[in-house]
Amino acid sequence: MLAHEFIRNAYLAGTFVALACGLVGWFAVLRGQVFAGDALSHVAFVGAIAAAVVGVDERVGLFALTLGLAAVMAGLGRRAQANDVTIGVVFSWVIGIGVLLIAVLSTGSSGGDGLIVANTLFGSIFGLGMGQSIVAAAIGLAVVLAAVAIARPLLFASLDGELAALHGVPVRALGLVLLLLIGAVTAEGTQAIGALLVLGLVAAPAGAALRLTSKPYLGMAFSAGIALVAMWGGIALSYVIPSLPPSTAIIGLAVGAYALASLASNIALWAPPSQLRTRETMGKVHSS
Amino acid sequence: MNNPTLTWNLVKDVHELLVYQFMVNALQAGTIVAVMAGVVGWFVVLRRQSFAAHTTAMMSFPGASGAALAGLPTALGYYLACGIAALAIGRSGGASRRGRSGESAAVGVVQVAGLALGFLFLSLYSGVLEQLETLLFGTFLGIDGNQVLTLAIVAVVVLAALLAIGRPLLLSSLDPEAARARGLPVGLFDVGFLLILGLTVAATSQITGALLVFALLVAPPAAAQALTPRPGLSLALSVVFALLVTWLGLGISYFSIYPLGFFVTSFGFALYVAAKLAHRTAAALRRSPRADEPMAATV
Amino acid sequence: MDAPPRSRPANRTPTTHSTPSASSASTPAIELRDAYAAMGGRTVWSGVDLSVCPGEFVAVLGSNGSGKSTLLKAILGLVQTAPGAVSVLGGPAGAANREIGYLPQRHGFDSTLPIRGVDLVRLGLDGARWGVPLPFGRGGSGRRGARTRSRERVREVIELVGASAYAERSLGELSGGEQQRILIAQALVRRPRILMLDEPLDSLDLPNQAAVSALVQRICRTENVAVLLVAHDVNPLLSYLDQVIYLAGGRALQGAVQDVITGPKLSELYGVEIEVLRTRDGRLVVVGQPEAPHVHGHRHEQ
Repeated sequence: MLAHEFIRNAYLAGTFVALACGLVGWFAVLRGQVFAGDALSHVAFVGAIAAAVVGVDERVGLFALTLGLAAVMAGLGRRAQANDVTIGVVFSWVIGIGVLLIAVLSTGSSGGDGLIVANTLFGSIFGLGMGQSIVAAAIGLAVVLAAVAIARPLLFASLDGELAALHGVPVRALGLVLLLLIGAVTAEGTQAIGALLVLGLVAAPAGAALRLTSKPYLGMAFSAGIALVAMWGGIALSYVIPSLPPSTAIIGLAVGAYALASLASNIALWAPPSQLRTRETMGKVHSS
Repeated sequence: MNNPTLTWNLVKDVHELLVYQFMVNALQAGTIVAVMAGVVGWFVVLRRQSFAAHTTAMMSFPGASGAALAGLPTALGYYLACGIAALAIGRSGGASRRGRSGESAAVGVVQVAGLALGFLFLSLYSGVLEQLETLLFGTFLGIDGNQVLTLAIVAVVVLAALLAIGRPLLLSSLDPEAARARGLPVGLFDVGFLLILGLTVAATSQITGALLVFALLVAPPAAAQALTPRPGLSLALSVVFALLVTWLGLGISYFSIYPLGFFVTSFGFALYVAAKLAHRTAAALRRSPRADEPMAATV
Repeated sequence: MDAPPRSRPANRTPTTHSTPSASSASTPAIELRDAYAAMGGRTVWSGVDLSVCPGEFVAVLGSNGSGKSTLLKAILGLVQTAPGAVSVLGGPAGAANREIGYLPQRHGFDSTLPIRGVDLVRLGLDGARWGVPLPFGRGGSGRRGARTRSRERVREVIELVGASAYAERSLGELSGGEQQRILIAQALVRRPRILMLDEPLDSLDLPNQAAVSALVQRICRTENVAVLLVAHDVNPLLSYLDQVIYLAGGRALQGAVQDVITGPKLSELYGVEIEVLRTRDGRLVVVGQPEAPHVHGHRHEQ
């Protein structure tokens, strides 16, 4: 399998994209920002279309739009977490512009637009050239390093922003950085598995990890690990079964991991009867 | 179509619009959908379930491709898929607003599982889903009388259901603990509302497309709620806004070469921004002349 | 209106719970002299004199809007005050925040937060540092020593608050009392010299209120920490307190419970007739406080 260059490229890019998605996704899920990630990924697709219309490399459009929108989202919310209504409205407007651009694109060029749309929506990890996959891997690695660097204060800020701020943690700035990282990761992931499915690599491994353990750093490692296994396994599966598209295989494995983890954690909850919760907590969330 | 152009004589334009049956159908369908979306969306915004709404909307993709694969009518596929998704979200705990982390991962997984399935159906069906674009972005061409009828029936069902459980649903949305204390079946309401949402989203996607449902489902209610805290008034405004956005969108889109989705989302967004700005300036004006009121619990 | 005599440190009656270490008791950990606090252009309180020594357990009382949380924030240097009026551990407010353990007012954690109590305590120790705590000690006994010391300190402080049984469980699963203990552990983990808790007893049931009050007093004594605890109701704290600071009408009064919470003193503070009733089992009930938060501007018009 590894004799083929396109497979090697897929593995190279995929490895770091998966690690980045897993790690950043863990924080996104912890903070309840999965919708932001989802919105950014759908918007990424508009970025690619816009780039095609303007005639630039689609990656420029991808990153420019997702990072820009991430910054806007951070600016709009307190604690750099925009509320879901704002996210939804802004994102649907951006998609509306995407619709316009597609119309412009199809009246302009001949037929390549359909391919761009399909690739952006569903990914083309087997179509990466060597140069592209190296760039993708590099960006992925950069995201991973950035996430590791801010992991501890970001964890503190996510658990209890007020306390963290009192300790000197720059809560708002970290919130912005995380959103930017989510944007970068979704733009990255769009190339590999497509705008519609990158959410799967961001949410499923992280969701699984959070169900498996409440130790934070272990959870981060699990999340990255599960994403990685899903990516590797998916590529391999898709190679072996040609009619199975790689994105479906990868997402299938990730979702499968989540389902297994949910099952395992539910079974674990039934077993020890001492896990009953006492009803003293007021239950209201003191958050933004 | 013989290149319709928008003139300043609006009455004439509207007449021209209404000549074609498909436009009449589109307007009827749009009106029905707007009323439904305005009412259901009002609750969606209140319950902060935009993500669930979006996810349910995306299920129209596996719905349509699954229907194509199984040889069923597309609309049926929509309703089935959105309904199944609603139940899946409800079961996975995504219905409650209690936990932000658990819920959001679960909803994301449901969405992506549905999309991956849709993609699988698509490749199995090995047909190019030409309607991919209309599926995602909406259309107003080719809406026939039957579709309008189905939409009307769905709307009646949805609105009747909301009329029946509206007030207890409101309480359980604002304060689930208090509602439970009064004996209301909050869990049942959660799932029930998701089903209502599924039906509404399936209906709305047929006009706006899966990706743009928010233009009618979230933007108008959000704008209405930003303008007034009184529930009855904001609900009414929500419907009015949704109708406005739909009619304007359809009307302008008829005369323009640009797609419906663009106009609908732009109007929705503009409305939302305008409402938010109005709210902010009103709040600022109210605050300035007088001295600060003492803040009760935070001092 | 005549300015009522303010309680100065010299007038304080010696408390029955004074700590044996008289030398440290003489240098206050917190001292306010004729201080005022302003928020949003409005003066919350003014002319406040108070001092708290290490090893003293002082409650901050008063009705809603009287400025209790503002007092804590003033000590943290987060609120505008007169320069030099607030002295904390010998320096200006805000300079020594590392030595202060602070628990802000809160309403409980998100019930599904999947992180453990012990992690939160650990974050109280090093949460503001970049990167991740290294799981393996790479070379040098120094680094491994530091890592072990951190872990031990966390374990120690969790034991101190009595949370060892549930520190490894998810925060969301814990009851209100248990969460408060974890939060107190988090505030103590860096060995602060001052501990400030803002309404920690608010959402707890009576047994837990007593338990947390007893815990705080124990910590106050054994660690020689100056403790300020904001509360709505003095009664759960009665047998543990050294002093109270009562805020009302834009002013403050400090002293022993039996001296401050009396009809005459409180009536003077509030400017309206206040009655203090003592029940048979020793509880104090304050009657006649104005219900709504007072707008100070109106009062001076009288």
